[in-house]
Amino acid sequence: MSAHSTSSPLKTYVTIWAALLVGTYVTYRVAFLDLGPFNAAVALTIATIKATLVALFFMHVKGAGDKMIKVVVISALFFLMLLLVLSMADFGTRAWS
Amino acid sequence: MSDQAAASVHAEAHAEGHNPALLHHFAEPEQQRDAASLGMWVFLATELMFFGGMFCAYLIYRLKYFGDFAAASSTLNTALGATNTGVLICSSLTVVLAVWAAQTARRTLLITSLVLTIILGFGFLGIKGIEYRDKFVEHHVPGPSFSFDSEPIPGHPGQFANPNHAQIYFALYFIMTGLHAVHMIIGIGIFVWLLTLAWKRRLTPEYNTPVEIGGLYWHFVDIVWIYLFPLLYLIDKHK
Repeated sequence: MSAHSTSSPLKTYVTIWAALLVGTYVTYRVAFLDLGPFNAAVALTIATIKATLVALFFMHVKGAGDKMIKVVVISALFFLMLLLVLSMADFGTRAWS
Repeated sequence: MSDQAAASVHAEAHAEGHNPALLHHFAEPEQQRDAASLGMWVFLATELMFFGGMFCAYLIYRLKYFGDFAAASSTLNTALGATNTGVLICSSLTVVLAVWAAQTARRTLLITSLVLTIILGFGFLGIKGIEYRDKFVEHHVPGPSFSFDSEPIPGHPGQFANPNHAQIYFALYFIMTGLHAVHMIIGIGIFVWLLTLAWKRRLTPEYNTPVEIGGLYWHFVDIVWIYLFPLLYLIDKHK
């Protein structure tokens, strides 16, 4: 991104990298704590935070000059949610288990 | 001014600012780069749906056979899985450094970062190979020799996992991690190609689209693993 190469992004990259490693460590440790029904939710929340950091800072979605990229990202996530939410709505309301 | 003279003036003006990497159908390098980036993002959107289908299948079977999935998951080597997560995160850092190095004409950093990325990629596959080997030795690979007898369900003393349900877990485990590994192998191939481009000084601050979109692909594969790790390795670890 030559448009904003004036300030060095190195510090951001290293900070995000460290945050991702910390997130992995936290995920690992939290898995051994008994959080009742929330273990999976906590693990997935941390994973989503990590994925968001990668997308925003490593894949440069944050500060992307081309707005179409944001449109593609948001529509991809929307269709993924359709897939998962509608499937779960079906599965969760069946009387087969 | 005659047409001929106008054409020659135009040709001179064109030759003066001509960027050899700029293809004819693009007005300026920025437009060309944006088009390539956007194309990669559209491809990644299809990849998201591709992996999404498998995540959806996983989600349904995990809800249906929760205890069996927990028992099967507990046979995985969590330490190796966590290490591999770290390896991929480090490789994402080297990828982003490579992109930055190409944009700022830092040749040594560019080549070092690309080589490190390739090494980390092979490291990931090596660790994955060790894990797969263990699963073969334990007969946890779905198929005729699959065996999962008397494996306790975590948190339910005296109850044992249903081998058929555990086999579904392992089928999903091998398909999801296997397809992820295929993506890693393709990614390593892309980075070897990028390394040859960098070596031949073909990546410059004016033209570094290959590193940028190759990097996007690598980061996406990293994100898939960020979800695979807790979903496959960390089911009911506290019980």
